[in-house]
Amino acid sequence: MRIKQSTGEKVFDFFNIAFLILLSFIALVPILHVVAGSLSSPNAIIHGEVFLWPVGFTFEHFGLVINTGPFWKALWTTIQVVAIATTLNMVLTVFGSYPLSKMNLRGRKSILLFIIFTMIFHAPLIPVYMVVKELHLLNTIWALIVPGAVAAFNMILCITFFRGLPEELFEAAKVDGMNDYRIVMQIAVPLSKPILFTLLLFYSVGHWNSYMAPLLYITDRDLQTLQMYIYFLMQGALSDTTAAAAVESSLSMVPKALEMATIVLATTPIVILYPFFQKHFVKGATLGSVKG
Amino acid sequence: MNSAKLNQDTSALPAAAVSVPVQFRRESFWRFMKKNHGLYVMLIPVLLYFLVFRYIPLMGSVIAFKDYNIYKGFIDSEWFGFRWFEIMFSNPQYIVIIKNTLLISLYQIVFAFPAPILLACLLNELRHMAFKRSVQTVLYLPHFLSWTLVYGLAFMMLSTQSGLVNEVFKGMGQDAVPFLSSSDYFRSVIVGAGVWKEMGWSAIIFLAALSGINPSLYEAAKIDGAGRWKQFLNVTLPGLLPAIVILLLLKIGNIMDVGFESIYIFLSPTTLAVGEVLDTYAYRAGIIGGQYSFTTAIGLFKSVIGFILLVSANRISRAVSGESLY
Repeated sequence: MRIKQSTGEKVFDFFNIAFLILLSFIALVPILHVVAGSLSSPNAIIHGEVFLWPVGFTFEHFGLVINTGPFWKALWTTIQVVAIATTLNMVLTVFGSYPLSKMNLRGRKSILLFIIFTMIFHAPLIPVYMVVKELHLLNTIWALIVPGAVAAFNMILCITFFRGLPEELFEAAKVDGMNDYRIVMQIAVPLSKPILFTLLLFYSVGHWNSYMAPLLYITDRDLQTLQMYIYFLMQGALSDTTAAAAVESSLSMVPKALEMATIVLATTPIVILYPFFQKHFVKGATLGSVKG
Repeated sequence: MNSAKLNQDTSALPAAAVSVPVQFRRESFWRFMKKNHGLYVMLIPVLLYFLVFRYIPLMGSVIAFKDYNIYKGFIDSEWFGFRWFEIMFSNPQYIVIIKNTLLISLYQIVFAFPAPILLACLLNELRHMAFKRSVQTVLYLPHFLSWTLVYGLAFMMLSTQSGLVNEVFKGMGQDAVPFLSSSDYFRSVIVGAGVWKEMGWSAIIFLAALSGINPSLYEAAKIDGAGRWKQFLNVTLPGLLPAIVILLLLKIGNIMDVGFESIYIFLSPTTLAVGEVLDTYAYRAGIIGGQYSFTTAIGLFKSVIGFILLVSANRISRAVSGESLY
């Protein structure tokens, strides 16, 4: 049964829908424009003819980016970092959270305070940098992995979730003589798949997107990540090979087309994967609202 | 608090049953450790991580009170007292940086903070679920793009040479606007880009709060003759208030953190005067320029202010509205 709407409500509904369509449009325009530009002929880009649809369709720019060594190298470094760092994140988060989900753990409160305090009082940038330096991690991929090995916030989420699992299961397993590690791997983890998957996504997207860590710790151009690659590209400091490729080609006049193609290539994995994982991401975003 | 609850629980039980939990509680720390050593071993890597990458840097922050010299090292460098802090507050250059940080933060609170609340309310009024879901999908997407990509997109939209927006302006016979290179637009562009990227995503938490409102409240309001506007004012808004208060508290605690990644990539020599914030300065002068002690002092100042703000905002909020973070 629908209650009759007043004129005012109808007007509101109309403007509400129109406004949200406008917002969605604003969210999509930059992305569509760059996709269109990356597929357009250099000529059309120079003359500013490209709006949201390719003009003078060509794949040339993609070919050029894909043929540059540094792009692949950066991509490979990034994939390595994301894979290793996320694995480490998950292992540390799960094994760190499980003991703290036991309410009767002696010292639980102090340990939690020890961890939560780091969320409230941040250590300044330089001393962290000095620690990384002293550990001889600078200019290794480990500098992008170890300093972010655990996120306190994600641990809190994980602890909260583990606490909700039925304690009897763990006690029964203990009686059966299972050790704590096997309990975590064979009972806690399988029961927490949804939240662990969400954390996995958060961690991996975080590593994929971070450019601050490589900016701080990596000065070796051979070790740059994809985000660094785009950073230097957008700052106009193209790596030598890319610049040379651009000069040799007919596209020398339009580095913009190259930039667009690179942006599109770097965005694609996220745009393709995002719809599949949206549900898990959204769940994760609301998990934080449950107090630990 | 826990033990108090335990006592309450046990007091209701017959005397014979009480002795068991009491004995359990009195189990010695070492016996508990011995029985559950596996749990403590599991914690070691995580605790080690926090010790090395969070607490040692915190202790290392004493170089903010020293004149740190790489060759003399950590211990032998001379004590400098509060002189770095005096320099920070007496030199106009640094006052400007603090001012920039606070201004951008203020812009964020005024414009970027309410945006997702408004969006959540508008989405909440939609009745067509498929449409609602598509809008959400589209608006969440920018959150997953890195700041380098956001800058790339902003450049393609706003640059004066062939940015889409400026092409449109030119088409209308107007001059191109130097959005990215002029200090007049820097703060607007930064905050605008932040809204573009995060508005949809930040709305999720408010949408969750909205879906937690008891539907019978709306029913009751309808019976009382409240229209949608009245329902919004008297049911929706109060339902959102706890979430709003909590997130505002967090934002106030982070007032000095305006987002290194978002600002650094937009900075250029022409916008440095309005865009240099504490974080970007700490990076440029500290990591690149090697002024370890001074930039540590800046970072420490930031952390202390953030800590004080968060704790006091939480206190005030708990006293006034009963909402608190912890």
